[in-house]
Amino acid sequence: MLKGKGIPVFITFIVGTIMIFSFFIPHKPFGDLEKISLNWYSIIAGFTMLLGVDSLIGMHYRKITRRTGNWGYSIVLIAGFTGTVVIGIIETIRLGTAFNEASYFTYIYNYFIVPLQSTMFSLLAFFIASAAYRAFRARNFDATLLLITAIIVMLGRVPLGEQISPNLPKFTEWIMQVPQMAAKRGIGLGISLGALGVSIRILLGIERSYLS
Amino acid sequence: MNIFLKLSKVDRRFIYIFIALVVILPLILKPKFPVVPTKPVQDVYDYVENLPEGSKVMISIDYDAASMPEQQPFLEALLRQLFRNKLKPILVVQWQLGAPLGTTALEKIARETQAIYGVDYINLGYRPGYVAQIVGIGKEIRDYFKTDYRNIPLDSFPIMKNVHNYNDIDLLVGLEAGATYLVWIEYAGGRFKQKIALALNAVSAPDAYYFYQSKQIIGLVGGMKGAAEYEALVGKPDLAVAGMASQSYSHLVIIIFIILGNIAYFVEKSRKAKEGGK
Amino acid sequence: MKKIFFFILSISLFILIFSQEKPILTFLGEDTPDSIVKNFTIDASDIPNDGGGGIELKWDSPEILKDWFISIIRIDEDGKRVLLTTDIPILSKQVRDVNSEEEPDRVIDSKGYNYWGILSKKFITEELLQILLDTFDFKEGLYSFNDDTFFVLSKTQMVYSKASWFNFLRLAVLISLIIISLTFLYYLNLAKKGKDLYIRKINGLDAVEEAVGRSTEMGKPIMYILGIGYVTDIPTIAGLTILGRVAKKVAEYETKILVPSYDPVVMTTAQEVVKEAFTEAGRPDLYNKNDIMYITQDQFGYAAGVDGMMMREKPGAIFLQGLFFAESLILAETGHSIGAIQISGTTETAQLPFFVAACDYTLIGEEMMAASVYLQKEPMMLGSIAAEDFLKVIIMSILVLGFLLSFLGSGLKIEFFKNLFDILYQALQV
Repeated sequence: MLKGKGIPVFITFIVGTIMIFSFFIPHKPFGDLEKISLNWYSIIAGFTMLLGVDSLIGMHYRKITRRTGNWGYSIVLIAGFTGTVVIGIIETIRLGTAFNEASYFTYIYNYFIVPLQSTMFSLLAFFIASAAYRAFRARNFDATLLLITAIIVMLGRVPLGEQISPNLPKFTEWIMQVPQMAAKRGIGLGISLGALGVSIRILLGIERSYLS
Repeated sequence: MNIFLKLSKVDRRFIYIFIALVVILPLILKPKFPVVPTKPVQDVYDYVENLPEGSKVMISIDYDAASMPEQQPFLEALLRQLFRNKLKPILVVQWQLGAPLGTTALEKIARETQAIYGVDYINLGYRPGYVAQIVGIGKEIRDYFKTDYRNIPLDSFPIMKNVHNYNDIDLLVGLEAGATYLVWIEYAGGRFKQKIALALNAVSAPDAYYFYQSKQIIGLVGGMKGAAEYEALVGKPDLAVAGMASQSYSHLVIIIFIILGNIAYFVEKSRKAKEGGK
Repeated sequence: MKKIFFFILSISLFILIFSQEKPILTFLGEDTPDSIVKNFTIDASDIPNDGGGGIELKWDSPEILKDWFISIIRIDEDGKRVLLTTDIPILSKQVRDVNSEEEPDRVIDSKGYNYWGILSKKFITEELLQILLDTFDFKEGLYSFNDDTFFVLSKTQMVYSKASWFNFLRLAVLISLIIISLTFLYYLNLAKKGKDLYIRKINGLDAVEEAVGRSTEMGKPIMYILGIGYVTDIPTIAGLTILGRVAKKVAEYETKILVPSYDPVVMTTAQEVVKEAFTEAGRPDLYNKNDIMYITQDQFGYAAGVDGMMMREKPGAIFLQGLFFAESLILAETGHSIGAIQISGTTETAQLPFFVAACDYTLIGEEMMAASVYLQKEPMMLGSIAAEDFLKVIIMSILVLGFLLSFLGSGLKIEFFKNLFDILYQALQV
């Protein structure tokens, strides 16, 4: 009876059901199940990181050996990767923790990671501008309404709006708390029920496309 | 007429240049903008003001360098207020790459206010597995944080003497760049009735209005604007207030572009209608 | 001479030691000037609805005692004393004594414990603490120690902590669970019997074929981005189920699919999903494990990596299905700039506007959850969607009822409806 996909579906059903029951039963061993499974997940996830590293390094190693397009960047990646790991290990041995103020690891963090991350995030400002420019066209009544609301909120969320009229930020706050919230709660309700549906389909084995 | 048509097909890089200019120029020229606090921010400030001396405030660093401009000014303003009111911050980190940011701000403000490590404040650092940890602190914080961020046992610090679980923490402030706050609300707030205040990046702040409205969080500091309001409330305007001019002008530029884009759209539409009529 | 010197030295040392005042603990009697202190009691009880190993101590905090501190010592049935807490403000009203894996001295189930409370106006010194823990004979009353006075409260009755077999605080959840299960069972049964169930049209999903087809015609690969969720997140699972369908189409069209991943577990799962889809389509030979690769677990590092890949590979169709945060628009705008057809979907409502602005089709929240049903259209799966809709009706009815009750109760101030609203509110509390 239990063949092929049957086995994982059966395991999913049993584990899922136990987890649901354990939500209502604080007594041992049920009460600790959630915590234990979370700990297990952390351990497994830690090991799968090796798979990730293998995939990343493997791909770039192949690019270098086969001299495929832009293979120079792959050298930068592998050098950066090994360099950071080696410095992290050396500094941990030297200073007890790699996050010490004096360590070169912190230096890499402060002068490589911080600016790189900030740059990527700040791109958002530019992309929002170009996307808004394209998307906000008063094509019909709905779109016009959206356009006007967007302009009010954009002004009301910055001190400039306060200077135009003290009522503008208040109106913005109302838009955020009432119409915005109403729509969001509606979508949120649908999402929660959708998530419930996905979970039940997986538990009952109706949904199997995530299985191999 | 022609100019509007060109405008409707404007190269996106043209928009980028304008945005860059209006962000950078105010940062150099520093025009002054008055900052008026909104209610969600005022609520956080008032709640902290009314905490009795010696109350413990847990601060969770759930952001990294990318959100630094939005979160760091608020963190510093909050720490200033805490130390000024003799409240005791306990710092925890859920985003590994945020650890140095939390430590830097804490040490900086502590030095300014001459607060003593282990007595007036403590830094517990990062531990992996945030869901298990947030659930676990409901029982005993030492199950997850046996030591502080420099591996010194918790029990050797006077500040941690009576701190075991959420019962002993008067307020939790989460500085959030992602969705970690949902876990704080679900477990710390829902299960253990912990009072929570949140500071979120502007991009995700609208999502947290749910919880503010349903009083699951006591207040909400949204983005750099929220941080600027908090700086103004604490009475020490700093980086976030300085950023307000950039933000105001960039919003204005986006609005102008949207209006121009619409004019171009209508001009093009009317021209097409005319051509169609021929 | 030496002997005399030593004699004098010993005498003076002797005098020096004994002349120092030794701290003395004195019992000042059972009466206390403050009668409120006398009536102050601690109530100890097992924490209800927990997994055991927890005792809750509660007390009232009269205004007159607001500057006082309380320290509590636990004595177990074998007479062993353990310090529970020192010098916490009376205002805190309660403290919990719970077990911990790290400290063996904590509460264990089915062992009896008494608690002694000590009220003081100042912090208790280490010296006094040692006396209290070692030799002190606990007796209710007022004491003095080194000029400080403190008050020992009467001991609590013996309490036992125990684990509960059911958490009554979650009764409302259990009832909803039963309703949900019955609804699903009913509709699944209906579907099994062959009743025709309807699902509305979802444009974004109808476009999958078009997107894959057009991309193949242009000789470009397809890119599938699962976002920055983990395999424990429902949207990521939903994204993986859609990936299965898309990958099958890709195999049928004999083209290439790229899946850059944020999490190694998601990557491994995605590899299996794609492999299975290719096998199902009869083209296992086309499957290349290396097309589903790990990028990094840094949010913006991932965004940069995927953007770079878009610019180099120029995919003809991009799917953004999963959990997205601030990187959503950074990915979608780049995708738009290279002219790819983009089909996005996420449950993060804050990101939906970005996707709507920059993508050709967007699956809004629950549409994404229903995607695998839509693409497969099996009766059982359709049954589950019908069940979801029925539950939605139930929730909407409760919302309307709540609105009416609160309008009549709080708005028009009719007491009866206000009480009804409060009952409804209490019943739905978790």
